[in-house]
Amino acid sequence: MSGPIIRLFGLIVVLFALLIGWTSRWTVFEASSLNNNQLNRRTLIDEQRIKRGQIIADDGTVLARSVPASGQIWTRFYPTRSLFAQPVGYAIVEFGRSAGLERSRGPELRGLQTGLGSVFGQLGGSQRVGDDVDTTLDPKAQQVATAQLQSASQIGSPKGSVVALNPRTGAVLVMAALPSYDDNRPDATGPTTSTFNRSTQAGYPPGSTFKVLTAVAAIDSGKFTPSSTVNGNSPVTISGVPLSNDGNQSFGTIDLTTALTFSVNTVWAQVAETVGRQTMTDYMRRFGFYSKPPLDYPPDELNASRPYAPNGRPYAPGSPNEDIGRIGIGQGGLQVTPLQMAMVASAVANNGKLMVPHLTSRVVDQDGRTVQTIKPSTYAQVMKPSTAQAVGQMMTHVVQEGTGTAAALTGITVAGKTGTASVGVAGANVTQPWFIAFAPVQNPQVAIAVTVERTQGGFGGTVAAPIAKAVMQTLLAEGK
Amino acid sequence: MSARNRELLGLIPASLLVTAGFAGVFIQRSNVLSNVSLTYGAIFLGLCVAGHVFIRITLPHADPYMFPLVALLASFGIVMVYRISATDARQQAQWFVLGLVLFAVTVIVFRDYRKLEQYRYIIAFVSLGLLLLPRLPGIGYQANGAYLGVRIPGVFVFQPTEFAKIGFVVFLASYLRDTRQVMVMGARRILGVTIPPLKHFGPVVVIWGIGMLILITLHDIGSSLMFYGGLLAVLYVATDRLSFVVVGLLAFGLGAWYLGTHIPHVHDRVEAWLHPLDPTLYARPGGSFQVANSMFAQAAGGMFGQGFGQATLTVPGSHPVAYLLPAPQTDMIYAVITDELGLFGGVAVILTYLLFVARGFKTALLARDSFSTLLAAGLSAVFALQVFVIVGGVTRVIPLTGVTLPFISYGGSSIVANFVLLALLLLISDRARQAT
Repeated sequence: MSGPIIRLFGLIVVLFALLIGWTSRWTVFEASSLNNNQLNRRTLIDEQRIKRGQIIADDGTVLARSVPASGQIWTRFYPTRSLFAQPVGYAIVEFGRSAGLERSRGPELRGLQTGLGSVFGQLGGSQRVGDDVDTTLDPKAQQVATAQLQSASQIGSPKGSVVALNPRTGAVLVMAALPSYDDNRPDATGPTTSTFNRSTQAGYPPGSTFKVLTAVAAIDSGKFTPSSTVNGNSPVTISGVPLSNDGNQSFGTIDLTTALTFSVNTVWAQVAETVGRQTMTDYMRRFGFYSKPPLDYPPDELNASRPYAPNGRPYAPGSPNEDIGRIGIGQGGLQVTPLQMAMVASAVANNGKLMVPHLTSRVVDQDGRTVQTIKPSTYAQVMKPSTAQAVGQMMTHVVQEGTGTAAALTGITVAGKTGTASVGVAGANVTQPWFIAFAPVQNPQVAIAVTVERTQGGFGGTVAAPIAKAVMQTLLAEGK
Repeated sequence: MSARNRELLGLIPASLLVTAGFAGVFIQRSNVLSNVSLTYGAIFLGLCVAGHVFIRITLPHADPYMFPLVALLASFGIVMVYRISATDARQQAQWFVLGLVLFAVTVIVFRDYRKLEQYRYIIAFVSLGLLLLPRLPGIGYQANGAYLGVRIPGVFVFQPTEFAKIGFVVFLASYLRDTRQVMVMGARRILGVTIPPLKHFGPVVVIWGIGMLILITLHDIGSSLMFYGGLLAVLYVATDRLSFVVVGLLAFGLGAWYLGTHIPHVHDRVEAWLHPLDPTLYARPGGSFQVANSMFAQAAGGMFGQGFGQATLTVPGSHPVAYLLPAPQTDMIYAVITDELGLFGGVAVILTYLLFVARGFKTALLARDSFSTLLAAGLSAVFALQVFVIVGGVTRVIPLTGVTLPFISYGGSSIVANFVLLALLLLISDRARQAT
């Protein structure tokens, strides 16, 4: 009977090897996917034991802090509530979800302990404390932006976004979006409550603000100068379909500066067609279109700006099906985020150099030591400095004598561009006003994009430009 | 060195482990290293030495490694249980003492264990009775749909299946000792498969019948696999006919398939086993919460574990206490072990069991009469299968079953029954090694 006994033992060795194999599967090979599984509450429970660091505005206002709860755990409190909920987000363990900076800066806020310190820290069982995250956000300007969006004349409850950047550094000074929500209660629902961040996630038609990009492509590619003339009569046939100016107004033969100042659709559509699909796509890429903005924000809360086909699918970059003439005037299925349009203004403002946008300025540990400083970095040299100067001059005319006079500031030269996209049913005259700008032109400190989602026939120059003016005024008064 | 001295030395790792383990838990609990941990270690060592002295007197030739291996497992178990619940650990220590007493009683009463053969039918019927007890209205109870326990409210809770597994193996070893020759003789080979004559299929049918009865009675695939596998193991050793095992496993497979599709709770278990991370299944009562959290606990442990006393077992601040890992001290103890000691801890535990099983099979090889060989092989196999069934359930090799991890899990019936199993193995070993 020794044969079968030995074989039986062999079988048991195999069975036990299976046990070891499966144990290694869960403990080692599939451990990280299990640790990150949505159903797994362990990671979150461990996180509750950590006192997360604070999130702080650039004037020291606390935007998020940890408060003790029962059972040696911590919970999050957001003193500024809906004002900063969109950029700051939330990290509430009970929901098993987090969003915004709370999510993208989670490792720092939890305290990235590395090396020997972490080993000894765990052995000693000491309480883990996270690092504070200092942001570039400006509470006063954020307040003004939110109030302005709130009171802009529009259809239904206030909806829209304001994004302001420092064009030299990429620092995000304002990121306001309505509707917002109380980040202490991110699960609450209501007509004026939304966790959807319109500044980074929305896909809006940019309207005529996009002509700034067309102008950059036209001039930087050498195909046009600001004084090149184009026939501005209306209508013209673009991609086989007639395109007309606002009120079907004909301008005759005008130069590009005039065409931007009065936002002449027919001129810019022809310019875009002359510049060509390939060159237009190339410049769009340089500005950051077709990819998610490199913001320190959760990637799935960032939307890439690009043209979409009527069936809702994005066009492949440079697709022959695109109506590049209409894209050149911000139509043709183009969908952009307010953040992207602020980046467009910012690149022109900073001599053609687009900076990587960032919300965090530095990470500071509990002893006050700066652990990490976010240094300005270049995203792309989008255009030659001379092009930036020229387009900046053209935009200055818009504010001085064109469609954007409502954004003019006393004593400070502002460069801007209006946009008024038609949204909704044709003929209902529902519009989405836009304004992008930077100031002061000689020494730009602020680049901004403003949009209000739905108005009854409102224009970029009448609805969005005053909001941009108020926010820029606040920021410049603070010396920003 | 004599066998008994080797056994005594073998107890050192167990006593070191229990002392270090308690010390670890104490440090974690209150940042103090009290001498209580040393006291626990000393008491435990004392009990083990007492067991050893008893073996030295009564079973001088018995295998020297089995008892230290059991002591190692039991001491590890008491530390783990203590870490989960101090009250449970105190009871577990009492069960340990009772187990040692029953161990001694078994050794003395069944000094000549071969007289068990005379009672084989009584043993068979008692075992069947034990198996059916949990189905009796009033005292039987269901845990997660499986019928594995008996409860007399306020008096005691008892898992008769832990004892039935020993009874069945004793019966079968004795039964097959008589019939094995007949079954092997006159076998024919058809298409390369050895088929015994039809008239001798009787015993095999009896065994399969018992197996199916168990499956239907317990409503539980895992523990039935343990019983049935043990029976098939004895059958295989007795006849050396793989065909019996293959047909037997096919029959079991059919039965398991039938149960899996027709009995809701068995079906749930199978579903939970196949799709533990499915959100709807996870949220459903009796769904995959336990299996999924077992995997999460193991993943949290990683290669080296989080350390003794570091695993998260409950949701902090929850009233009433919400367990992240249900039944941590019984069914799920292996998941707690891997959470705290990692893959290395888990492998160490499995290898310790493997060493014990190897000594059991060694005893079967050394035994000089068929009954002893079959009994030793059967007991070792059923023990190994119990480890496989529960660890396999926890690690998702097979659907999860509520059996205990022998000597480690909290549970009186389990500790006591496995001490009886140890006593039988040592009795066989003592006789086998006597003349050599």
